[in-house]
Amino acid sequence: MKPKEIQELIDFIASSGLAEVNIETEQFKINVKKYPDSAIKATDISLPVMPQVIPQSLPVVSSNQVSTAVTTPKAEKAVETSNLITIKSPMIGTFYRSSSPETPSFVNVGDVIEAGKAVCIIEAMKLFNEIESEISGKIVKILVENATPVEYDQPLFLVEPN
Amino acid sequence: MFKKILIANRGEIALRVIRACKELGIKTVAVYSVADKESLHVRFADEAVCIGPAPSSQSYLSIPNIIAAAEITNADAIHPGYGFLSENAKFSKVCEDYGIKFIGASADMIDSMGDKASAKDTMKKAGVPCIPGSDGLLKTIDEGIKLSNKIKYPVILKATAGGGGRGMRIIRNDQEFEKAWNDAKQEAGAAFGNDGLYLEKFIEEPRHIEVQLLGDKFGTVVHLSERDCSIQRRHQKLVEETPSPIITERLRNKMGEAAIKGAKSIKYEGAGTIEFLVDKNGDFYFMEMNTRIQVEHTITEEATGVDLVKMQIRVAAGEKLEKKNYFPLRHSIECRINAEDAKNGFRPSPGKITNFHMPSGFGVRVDSHCYTGYTIPPNYDSMIAKLIVNAPTRDEACDRMKRALQEFVIDGIKTTIPFHIKLMDDPKFRSGKFTTAFLESFDFSSIK
Repeated sequence: MKPKEIQELIDFIASSGLAEVNIETEQFKINVKKYPDSAIKATDISLPVMPQVIPQSLPVVSSNQVSTAVTTPKAEKAVETSNLITIKSPMIGTFYRSSSPETPSFVNVGDVIEAGKAVCIIEAMKLFNEIESEISGKIVKILVENATPVEYDQPLFLVEPN
Repeated sequence: MFKKILIANRGEIALRVIRACKELGIKTVAVYSVADKESLHVRFADEAVCIGPAPSSQSYLSIPNIIAAAEITNADAIHPGYGFLSENAKFSKVCEDYGIKFIGASADMIDSMGDKASAKDTMKKAGVPCIPGSDGLLKTIDEGIKLSNKIKYPVILKATAGGGGRGMRIIRNDQEFEKAWNDAKQEAGAAFGNDGLYLEKFIEEPRHIEVQLLGDKFGTVVHLSERDCSIQRRHQKLVEETPSPIITERLRNKMGEAAIKGAKSIKYEGAGTIEFLVDKNGDFYFMEMNTRIQVEHTITEEATGVDLVKMQIRVAAGEKLEKKNYFPLRHSIECRINAEDAKNGFRPSPGKITNFHMPSGFGVRVDSHCYTGYTIPPNYDSMIAKLIVNAPTRDEACDRMKRALQEFVIDGIKTTIPFHIKLMDDPKFRSGKFTTAFLESFDFSSIK
């Protein structure tokens, strides 16, 4: 089940008026509980091992497989992500929250920004590039730590659009 | 020795380089475009960096993106594979400027061999036989006729700014010269904005035979014998083999020594290949030099036992080459399997491979990045696998290739496997007596 499908299922349950739902099929098992203050909490999502469609030529690679320098951060499986827009990295380099260690960050969680606002710097080959947001809205989450490497299309910020 | 190599390529060659690195204990970084997220080379590497959207110009051909990826992963060397930036002098220079070792030729070597006219000049000075012809551009028809009689008809007029077969005219006698000259000049002027022409002896129905070379930084250059790549369609190689069925031991030594002379004259370092045209008299002429690893390096590996990609890495890391040449100990053939419909004009057939099963067994090797469920992206070339066999004799190699082709299952798309099976049965192919014109008279319609 894809994260988006899980999201849709949770939304459906949330609007259904039910307090608790358990679903079990051959492929997966999911338990969703609705708390009194109506914040949905999805627990116990157990997905099976990916069905082995892939044969001998796609083995499970050695344990040091996971990329270390540029791990794409996992998007939160939270209910709130459905209407948010992700600002993704347009280039490869090192991500910085501010233009120098002494100056304040370009943006913080909760800030309201306009399209065109510089939100971060990505440095590559000794060149510092200011990355501008293409959308207006409120910064909901910052997905990358200061001074870490980022790759093309890597999610950087979650923005709640106006 | 390098600690970490970034592979600036994709598909089967990226896998090839990653495998060599793993065996040498070197860490690997794969780069990939958004379209190659599910690619095998991404999974096999220790680290992977997404470097751009699907179009090559914004990813695999983007020098800043690749250098940035090398920076953030602290790669100390870049292997460019073949195609893409492997013979891009600017990229080689940028790597040098950033202190990253480019596992390939220096910018100077790439430049000197990249320009066809100057490459020929360089080789001529080194004493490598070149196709006789004019010294630079022809000024007049009379000059042309005089020269043609000297080097003997047939000759070919070529546009200096040309390509794709345009601005070219074959001339067989004095009477045809004036008209050919006027036609070629007009075509060249219209197509390239430059109507300059030069003259060369026209080698009829040649064989395309290339010599593999390795050079170290201490001035040693060795050869690893020839590859016969005469089975071509529209100048694209489909099948390669070594040893060449028509090359004698004597000719092998002669061509090998000529190639070494040429490479030494530019102080060549790394793996490289010099391509020759060989006519029916066994005379060979320099055509061009490729300053990179080639697709068909595999058959040289199978026949000589030398791991060419590892040698590239070793030589780039400053190791010394043993002063010896290598000769084929076995016969090896490679068939390039493309996602194309050979029965219908080799129409490209991209899509999802629903079932992929590689052949194996004694003397069979498959270099491929495909697997069941893999979707071939439409943005890149159509080669899906290289099937390579080796055997004690040419006949056995052909039989083994046919056996392996029949075992190869690729469902969901059309491939050139049926063409290769038919080729292995073709009497002319089996005889070994063919030229680069062979496929022009091949009956493609009867492919199953």
